[in-house]
Amino acid sequence: MTSPIIQIRGVSKSYRRDSMAIPVLRAITLDVPEGEFIALMGPSGSGKTTLLNLIAGIDRPNEGSVTVGGTDVARLGESDLAKWRARHIGFVFQFYNLLPVLTAYENVELPLLLTSLSKTERKQHVEAALSLVGLADRLHHYPRQLSGGQEQRVAIARAIAADPTILVADEPTGDLDRQSADEVLTLLERLNREFHKTIVMVTHDPHAAERAHAIRHLDKGELQ
Amino acid sequence: MSIFKIVLRNAFRHRLRTALTILGIATAVMAFGLIRTVVTAWNAGVEASAANRMITRHRVSIIFPVPLTDREQIARVPGVTGLSWANWFGGVYGDPNDFKNFWPRFAVDAETYFGLYPEFIIPPDQLEAFRKERSACILGRKVATDHGFKLGDVVTLEGDIYPGPWQFVVRAIYTGRDPAVDETQMFFHWDYLYEQVKQREPGRVTEAGFFVMRVDRPDDMSQVAAAIDTMFSNSRAPTKTESEREFQQSFVSMSNAIITSLKVVSLVIIGIILLVLANTILMAARERTREYAVLKTLGFQARHIAGFIIGESLLIALCGGLLGLALTFPVVRAFGMALRGFFPIIRVEPTTIALALCAALLAGLAAAALPTLRAIRTPIVAGLRMIG
Repeated sequence: MTSPIIQIRGVSKSYRRDSMAIPVLRAITLDVPEGEFIALMGPSGSGKTTLLNLIAGIDRPNEGSVTVGGTDVARLGESDLAKWRARHIGFVFQFYNLLPVLTAYENVELPLLLTSLSKTERKQHVEAALSLVGLADRLHHYPRQLSGGQEQRVAIARAIAADPTILVADEPTGDLDRQSADEVLTLLERLNREFHKTIVMVTHDPHAAERAHAIRHLDKGELQ
Repeated sequence: MSIFKIVLRNAFRHRLRTALTILGIATAVMAFGLIRTVVTAWNAGVEASAANRMITRHRVSIIFPVPLTDREQIARVPGVTGLSWANWFGGVYGDPNDFKNFWPRFAVDAETYFGLYPEFIIPPDQLEAFRKERSACILGRKVATDHGFKLGDVVTLEGDIYPGPWQFVVRAIYTGRDPAVDETQMFFHWDYLYEQVKQREPGRVTEAGFFVMRVDRPDDMSQVAAAIDTMFSNSRAPTKTESEREFQQSFVSMSNAIITSLKVVSLVIIGIILLVLANTILMAARERTREYAVLKTLGFQARHIAGFIIGESLLIALCGGLLGLALTFPVVRAFGMALRGFFPIIRVEPTTIALALCAALLAGLAAAALPTLRAIRTPIVAGLRMIG
């Protein structure tokens, strides 16, 4: 069996609202093997996105440990954590979150600005990523000139441009029509199958979840 | 793509807002530049003072004359290497309400005065012609140009301190040795004034308005001043002797309240620049809270986010500052033309340019401080939840 690339042990997370602590995750333990495509499902407020954020290193647990690729993420300082994210995590958002002032090419190039790649090497990476998502002919289009499905594909290209180990996707099809959603899911499947990317996807859409190899359900902050 | 390109695109994302901000900063910088220039012009006489010249005048006020015979005793004071005298003439040329018609007029000793003022460049043949003719005068280049006076023309003044019509023939036109020299003065023979007053007002005594001395060592000025003033302390016209710089400063200090007010206004203007810019940057940074969170998710660190916000603020401030400075030059020129009688030397000094740019850039830095702090401190998760 493949060793787990993500190891979550006894993770709890709560948020404070005024003086009240609101528990979101309770003693979560989860292993995600390398090369896995896993879907996290559950009703609103079940803690799916919080768990995803912890795996991506953009939030910290109150208790427990999140180890990704052998690194205990919660122990890293802010600066190291940012560098770690740049190297290991590709994030796909529900609402794409492309920078409106940058073209598709420039949006995909963004994470590469943090690497030591030369301009020519960056160009190769960007063109390869945009070709992979089928947008080689939209390099110089601004987000406002693209459809929702195309924007999400640019966002996926941005997520994979720096060749991260893990892709985390938060409701990647939540804002798309069925056809665009299918295209995006097919793309994620392909990234998992051909490029061996480990993918953790949060969704409440059963059709989307069916594309994953494994589905885990969360309810009231607990894994079922 | 470079980080600067992102800063540039962000700065001009809302073109109208950025353009209005730049225009606001430019207007403030222009006002700052104009005020600083006026303050500098006010002090121009002080700055142009020679380090080795001294002035002796009546102790009570410059309006009281000093006996011309004092010059012999003053000339013997150790350290004094040159001496001359002059009188403020005043007078009116043409329409007194037109600022253009006001320029300083002095009756001077033709033989000695210009030897003490090497900064007035007078062609030797013209100076010679001036010395030979009692009713001749020397005009500054700016006065001659503004009024179209040429050599040989007659300038007619209506006297006020010395009543009656006065006519002078232009025999020389001086230019300044450097741009700091006032080229709006007029000089004529003190002897001519003396003779004319004697004829026109037989009972009136004409004496010297003030003495000008050159000293060989500026360090000795206090001893020279003390020696002269002690000499005349019990005379009918006790004197006050000071360096030319102090003499000029005493005129400027009469307007100290105005100058201080102008300086305060210039500080207020820096505050206005800061508020205009801070408003824009705060709005921009707030609108982009989600984008900054996305950038952090991609691996951008606090220093990158700070770079984006501070860079944008500085870029807008710099654009406003440069546009404001570009506007300052024609505005100062027009202001100087309109009030040339009051500000014979008015120009935008390099210090003013540097101050205006520094003020704009400092405001740029200060305006970015709070939004930068907010953007850095906002947790990624909270930032991603922001709508807008």
